[in-house]
Amino acid sequence: MAEGNPLWPEAAMPALAHDSAHLHVAGIARYVDDEPELPGTLHLAFGLSSEARARIVSIDLEAVRAYPGVVAVYTAADIPGENNVGPIAHDDRVLADGEVVSHGQPVFLVAAETRMAARKAARLGKVTYEPLEAAITVEQARAAGSRIEADQCMARGDADAALAGAEHRLAGSLKIGAQDHFYLEGQVAHARPGEDGQIHVVSSSQHPSEVQHLVAHLLGKSSADVTVEVRRMGGAFGGKESQAALFAAAAALVVHHTGRPAKFRCDRDDDMIVTGKRHDFEVDYEVGHDAEGRLTAVKLRFGGRCGATMDLSPGINDRTMFHADNCYFLPDVEILSERLKTNTVSATAFRGFGGPQGMLAIERVCDHVAARLGLDPLEVRQRNLYGPGRDMTPYGMTIEDNIAPQMIARLRETSRYDARREAIAAFNAGSPLLKKGIALTPVKFGISFTTTHLNQAGALVHVYADGSIQANHGGTEMGQGLHIKIAQIVADVFGVGVDTVRITATRTDKVPNTSATAASSGADLNGMAAWRAAMAIRERMADFLAGAFGCAADEVRFTAEGVIAGETRLSFAEAARKAWLGRISLSSTGFYATPEIEYDRAAHRGRPFYYFAYGAAVSEVVVDRLTGEHKVLAVDILHDVGRSLNPAIDRGQIEGGFVQGQGWLTTEVVEWDAKGRLLNHSPATYKVPTASDRPKRMRIDLWDGENVKPTIHRSKAVGEPPLMLANSVFCAISAAIAATAPEVRELPKLDAPATPEAVLRALASLRA
Amino acid sequence: MALRFLLDGEVVELTAPDPAGTLLDLLRGPLRRTGTKEGCAEGDCGACTVLVGEASEDRVQWRAVNACILFLPMVHGKAVMTVESLGAKDKLNPLQACMAANGSSQCGFCTPGFVMSLHGRAIGALGSDLPVADAIAGNLCRCTGYGPILEAGEAVSSLAQDDAAVLAGLAGLAGDAMTSGVFEARQWFVPRSSDELVEVLAVHPDARIVAGATDVGLWVTKGLRDLQTVVFIGDVADLKAIEETPDGVRLGAGVRYAEAHGALARLHPDLGELVRRIGGLQVRSSATVCGNIANGSPIGDGPPALIALGAELTLRSSAGRRTMPLEAYFLDYGRQDRMPGEFVESVFVPRPATGTVVHVSKLSRRFDSDISAVLGAFALTVETGVITAARVAFGGMAATPRRAAGCEAALVGQPLSEATIAAAAEALKGDFSPLTDVRGSSAYRIEVASALLWRLWHRERGVATSVLDVEAC
Repeated sequence: MAEGNPLWPEAAMPALAHDSAHLHVAGIARYVDDEPELPGTLHLAFGLSSEARARIVSIDLEAVRAYPGVVAVYTAADIPGENNVGPIAHDDRVLADGEVVSHGQPVFLVAAETRMAARKAARLGKVTYEPLEAAITVEQARAAGSRIEADQCMARGDADAALAGAEHRLAGSLKIGAQDHFYLEGQVAHARPGEDGQIHVVSSSQHPSEVQHLVAHLLGKSSADVTVEVRRMGGAFGGKESQAALFAAAAALVVHHTGRPAKFRCDRDDDMIVTGKRHDFEVDYEVGHDAEGRLTAVKLRFGGRCGATMDLSPGINDRTMFHADNCYFLPDVEILSERLKTNTVSATAFRGFGGPQGMLAIERVCDHVAARLGLDPLEVRQRNLYGPGRDMTPYGMTIEDNIAPQMIARLRETSRYDARREAIAAFNAGSPLLKKGIALTPVKFGISFTTTHLNQAGALVHVYADGSIQANHGGTEMGQGLHIKIAQIVADVFGVGVDTVRITATRTDKVPNTSATAASSGADLNGMAAWRAAMAIRERMADFLAGAFGCAADEVRFTAEGVIAGETRLSFAEAARKAWLGRISLSSTGFYATPEIEYDRAAHRGRPFYYFAYGAAVSEVVVDRLTGEHKVLAVDILHDVGRSLNPAIDRGQIEGGFVQGQGWLTTEVVEWDAKGRLLNHSPATYKVPTASDRPKRMRIDLWDGENVKPTIHRSKAVGEPPLMLANSVFCAISAAIAATAPEVRELPKLDAPATPEAVLRALASLRA
Repeated sequence: MALRFLLDGEVVELTAPDPAGTLLDLLRGPLRRTGTKEGCAEGDCGACTVLVGEASEDRVQWRAVNACILFLPMVHGKAVMTVESLGAKDKLNPLQACMAANGSSQCGFCTPGFVMSLHGRAIGALGSDLPVADAIAGNLCRCTGYGPILEAGEAVSSLAQDDAAVLAGLAGLAGDAMTSGVFEARQWFVPRSSDELVEVLAVHPDARIVAGATDVGLWVTKGLRDLQTVVFIGDVADLKAIEETPDGVRLGAGVRYAEAHGALARLHPDLGELVRRIGGLQVRSSATVCGNIANGSPIGDGPPALIALGAELTLRSSAGRRTMPLEAYFLDYGRQDRMPGEFVESVFVPRPATGTVVHVSKLSRRFDSDISAVLGAFALTVETGVITAARVAFGGMAATPRRAAGCEAALVGQPLSEATIAAAAEALKGDFSPLTDVRGSSAYRIEVASALLWRLWHRERGVATSVLDVEAC
């Protein structure tokens, strides 16, 4: 047995169910809105801007105040501290101050005795605007020079010269749509007054520390006066990383002014209008390649619609650039990224954080090259993979853990890719209307926050005298199974059953200064911090028990059969009680900061990632050339989670991530009209996949490798990477469209999402 | 008068109910049953799924419904089952246990809704003959990708349900007479017979008639409108009849889509497939076929198909009954041929004659639980290779569900041939000037409307036309 080694679990990590599964199915897992309300609790609603960009001339709230049940109405003038919920740039107003910058931006805040009264009253505000010229589209923002920050360029070599000298050249473009998170639990926060000006906020947030700091600044308090608590979220996917703060801030403001508890549970339509989404992009590319399909020169331009404020857009668009190589070596390359400021709701984090868009772009390039040369796109992909001597990314990081070639080769075999490709050709030959397509696409996703200082985490572990254990850490539970993984790590340290470990709600008064649970980093960072906290206690216990039983400390072992100290075996509870009686501290914090990473953002050079997580997927689809309807028929996935912390949880992340990615690329449409009004703001018009959209045949295998980096148990992050496995769906649809015109050596002009209408346009593009 | 319903054997009595109050708000608020969640408050996500049961002869007929748009008078005299009703204290029922063990929940917020949909399927609730995926088409999950949930539904597809106590509790719960009340000066009525309904409407000719509330519910939860006088017709016994005869099917105004599913499928399989794709099962277990007609929506899925089949609508008021071809009911956007005090009593759908080519196709972004971009319905009478009559109707192409006169003219008298289809498809382009909206552009709608005619042609020739019928290689 390894002694105190974070890289190896003491026992095998079982595929345990989610720690709250038995509560979920019984309806007794508590979400923010399920907590009993204190008497006098106020309910909140925003009055929203009807303009995309305008100066506010006047605000008449007479009718709002007069509405029965309304207790108070607030505007920007009522904010005692900083009117901001922006995570970086201090440019996200809680309530509009003098001007509005997007349609649906909150202008005033209503507090009423009931939620319905607040919502109804909020529609009675009379705001007069002087409209200003707005930029809604990428094109308009480009023309107006409207940007949230300067264009960024990541380059190596001389892409223009390489292009000029290329054997073959091609150019193309691609629109990639936005995506709403559609977490089933909408945004919600519940704030309660404490004594002496303190405030307690229960928030559905991925980032309690940020909510704490923003609320403190909003109210002119110190962080020590604000406690934020998160037991669980009903889904988040990045949509509650920065976006949850608005609702927490509003609730805190009402508590501050009224002294009464206040709850803001946002209506679904308002939620979709008011909060940010995945960035949509317009991508242009120009590439050079040889006759075998090897890329020799690549120029990519990403026009990202960032919305009205900065939010997290710099990092998100950086990640688009970081993933524009995916698994491929791009010799001479120039990746230009425009961060366009538009008068639409500020785009925000969403599972993949810009990565999926970058990756989809280069997959389209591969398809395009294959189409021109008449090659199987998989051959083109394999020929362009990173490998020995061609292992440096465009940002100058050497890839040390490349397993993409082996994974692709394995999946090509296990999915019977080649035989099915032939069978599909035969099917297509005999089917005039319905055409099939198949595609294999890989994923290489960089793990770490690319903002280096965020890669830190803390944990707090208590062992009680009865042998029960409480573990707390900075990560939040949004359904991804982080808490069960942490409980397993801690239980493993002490050799106890996982039921002995109670994970408690994430709270800023237990673990301070935490990073968002984001970037797939939750288990990597908090898992190691919790392991260290638990180990600190275990070492103290071992020292004490060694003294008590006359053996060396390293002869004290914590096993499933109990604690063994020399010749003595005692239960963990007995050991804990003995240590307590011996006046040993049974509580410890733990801390972890990811090593090795550094990044020079000005030059776009360095090692932003500690390691990469890999995966590959094969999708088979069928398309109806008459109507553009299509169906995903079968999916084979091979995914790399290192040495899994919990295979059941990891498989759930892979399947769920894939289907969410499938939705992004097929049915989920986000559109704004010319006045900047969001058209899809309810599940009636925004269609996430349903059960029948899940491919009937879906096979998921875990790659049997381990992380080459010394992460907790040598596991790998799993939250985001699987989403991008769904790129294979998009490429397969494109292949099926191409099958309608096999004589045309051109890539169908398909934009994402591939709705039936988009498919029909792409079909027409081949006839043009 | 008080409303009464049965909740786990206890009678819940509401003495002064808000008729526009929802069951969801009652459950989560005063009753503290927070297991039922609000995901969207418009009947599209299923997080609020509960079961509602009614005595049906010697058993209880349960229905999975969305509590978020279920008005309180609609549960009067019925039994309600929530996620808290399942299992025993500290003991999960077999379905819950299976779902907990197999990874059916991640964030868990949608889970109670899935539990209730699958539980309903397992105890024989309305629509329980459908495959698992159809039973949960009205439940959205954003985390799991659905695999484990589908698996659990297959694994626990039947559960014993002893409804003797419920049946006893339901007896006499609502009484036999109409229930009515006043809330903040707004009157509401729950008549039990169509004669009572006629009387109420004679006195309140402008009363809002609510059957399943899957449309009107959103006026309240999203439109924040106050409903004035409301008549709930879901308990009008003599409007619930389904008369299936050799001539056709007559559906009373109280017949829900899920109840009519079998009878319509027996008229023609395309109708069965169409009904399968109308809303989720929760919506079809509330929404009525006649409500889908009466509200006059230009994108209702029922009307175009029924118009193509030559359906007739019967309206009734204190002045008597009148019957009209279904297409005549739709006058213009938001305007129907229904007088004050009048209500839709039934719709009659003739059985297609042997040899009639019937084809109904729905096009939407998502196959299940989505609203049509375009719905095309065709009924062609073909005699010795010649089209002698044609009824072609579309939804999503105009301000009302409407027949395509030019297309029909191009078909009638012609042989059923490729040339005829080409001419009719061309003529169809002149029949409509559809709008561009969130579900599709005008150009797209025009293109696919013709495509549906081509689909009919290819299908008649035995060519595979539906991606839903294709298997993987």
